[in-house]
Amino acid sequence: MEGRMIPESLADVLTKNGLITAFVFVGVLVWLSYLLSERLTRGHIHGSAIAITIGLVLAYVGGSVTGGNQGIADFSLLAGVGIMGGAMFRDFAIVATAFGADVDALKRAGFVGAMSILIGVVLSFAVGAVVAIAFGYTDAISISTIGAGAATYIVGPVTGTALGAESGVIALSVAAGLTKSVLVMIGTPLIAPRIGLNNPHSALIYGGLMGTTSGVAGGLAATDPKLVPYGAMTATFYTGVGCLLAPSVLYLIVRAIVE
Amino acid sequence: MVIYGVALLSFCMLTGVFVGDLLGDLIGVQANVGGVGIAMLLLIFLSNFSSHKLKLNPITETGIGFWSAMYIPIVVAMAAKQNVIAAVSSGWLAIVAGVAAVAASFAMIPVLARFGDGGQDDS
Repeated sequence: MEGRMIPESLADVLTKNGLITAFVFVGVLVWLSYLLSERLTRGHIHGSAIAITIGLVLAYVGGSVTGGNQGIADFSLLAGVGIMGGAMFRDFAIVATAFGADVDALKRAGFVGAMSILIGVVLSFAVGAVVAIAFGYTDAISISTIGAGAATYIVGPVTGTALGAESGVIALSVAAGLTKSVLVMIGTPLIAPRIGLNNPHSALIYGGLMGTTSGVAGGLAATDPKLVPYGAMTATFYTGVGCLLAPSVLYLIVRAIVE
Repeated sequence: MVIYGVALLSFCMLTGVFVGDLLGDLIGVQANVGGVGIAMLLLIFLSNFSSHKLKLNPITETGIGFWSAMYIPIVVAMAAKQNVIAAVSSGWLAIVAGVAAVAASFAMIPVLARFGDGGQDDS
């Protein structure tokens, strides 16, 4: 009789202590990933890159099994992963990485860093807008909303709401931003050697151009954790600049072109 | 004490996010403008520039170092809670737009990196 109770009470303990369960879960996941990195790739693919990729695959599995939008955190046993990987802890850890950052590198890149944010927003917006037009959208509001989504998945809905876009278009803009963020996480370590992403200066520019905080956070973690503070510093301004430009100047430009 | 480091870090984050919110309100956008970046600058400022007045002892520093070291596990948890299914299953437009934006942005990095004075270690 007691034997049947054990799984239930174990599940109870794990659920009640969700954040602690997440620490164990992520700890095992990271350990496995570093093991795979060493054994299968002889360290060529960074352990954290593997861990992040496995995390994304698990998020896909979680989403398809539960139908929720929180990835694996939609399993009640793993709800703590949602807390641990939520914006609060993410931003807290990002701020902590600034401790010991090279102040001179930050000072030197001030202007280029600011430029990279501006160029990054306009570039992603323009690319997203062109894709929207290629897919048959003709109204300036939808085109701008999708363009804004290609900046980040926050800029998209903020712009769409401000302009009064339909909810289907807003959902598309979020999906475009999510695709970007996932791709930046996976793609950064692969492309880093080719684009010279190996020093604080290029990391600052990378953060400003990419802009997706989660993408940059994951991408740099998988490439070289020492670069995190530089990329995160510029990326954190990107969404604000995007929310400023997309529904105003950029929308007006799109409207002047298509209407 | 370790808590001094954790408290300093927390103070910086809250201040930064608060200022970021104010900035967002000020320029009339519904978003936080650079909150985390401001928090990082504040932490760098407090731990570097005022080093004689506010000398952090090594134990206090471990309160910050711990959270810095937790960065990768937290990012792994963040990856595991992403709405990947929405990204993959909402059709080609979203995927093409996302992929094209990333490709264009990656391509710009070497171009921009040549500007400024990043040439100190071009080897």
